[in-house]
Amino acid sequence: MTVSTAVFYLVVAITLGSAMIVAFSRNIIYSAFSLLGTFAGVAGIYIFLGADFVAAVQLLIYVGGILVLVLFAVMLTHRITDVEITNRAAGRIPALIVVGVLVYLLAQTVRETPWTKAKEIVFAATTAKIGDLFLDTYLLPFELASLVLLAALIGAVVISRKEIKE
Amino acid sequence: MAPGFSPNELSSYLVIGAILFSLGVFTVLTRRNAISVLMGVELILNSANINYVAFSHFGSGNADGQIYAIFVIMLAAAEAAVGLAIVLAIFQLFHTIEVEAAETLKE
Repeated sequence: MTVSTAVFYLVVAITLGSAMIVAFSRNIIYSAFSLLGTFAGVAGIYIFLGADFVAAVQLLIYVGGILVLVLFAVMLTHRITDVEITNRAAGRIPALIVVGVLVYLLAQTVRETPWTKAKEIVFAATTAKIGDLFLDTYLLPFELASLVLLAALIGAVVISRKEIKE
Repeated sequence: MAPGFSPNELSSYLVIGAILFSLGVFTVLTRRNAISVLMGVELILNSANINYVAFSHFGSGNADGQIYAIFVIMLAAAEAAVGLAIVLAIFQLFHTIEVEAAETLKE
């Protein structure tokens, strides 16, 4: 087993292990911090797939933005000093059955489908290619994305502000 | 590890995506806490992104899948901002973020 294969197994183990803590932990703080492992692990998987720019974006936005936002929300809505279970779960057994069947069907589909493969798999820097695509083929979605982000920004401020009653 | 599970196989990435998706669905189904439900949604979006990038790498060879992954990440950021703002508003109104408590549209 080469070093890169070993690193791949490690990254996958970190990703799926932290995702399991997110799904099964009884404490919401543990769940929120485990998201860090999942997001960073997914960034590692992107690097194994030769997607360097997406990996960097994943780290910047998920780890640097969304995770911090989630932690803020957890800490603003809970009294941290409470030891009681803050992450109650309901209907675990039926959900486990449903999810087990789902993962079996998905794995079976993955195994039995004859995926078309590229003739040669290249590992090259993708940033320049992505920049070209954003300003050429995907220009309209790119500009719409900025509008969506602006709307989300204003919407978040409007929803979460305290109303001052006169 | 199962045979054929290696960094050079498309199917191993698809299986990782499938497991991550299932864990996300499990989180969304079982949690009563609104923030935990949002965490499950993030897991689901990440699993979809892994599939996009994996198909982009092994299948087509061009960067279109990566572009879609970036758009998904962008929408996830917008969703997290608005979703957590709604959670904070619900907390101010009901003093809890259990999803079952917030079943009325007004105070």
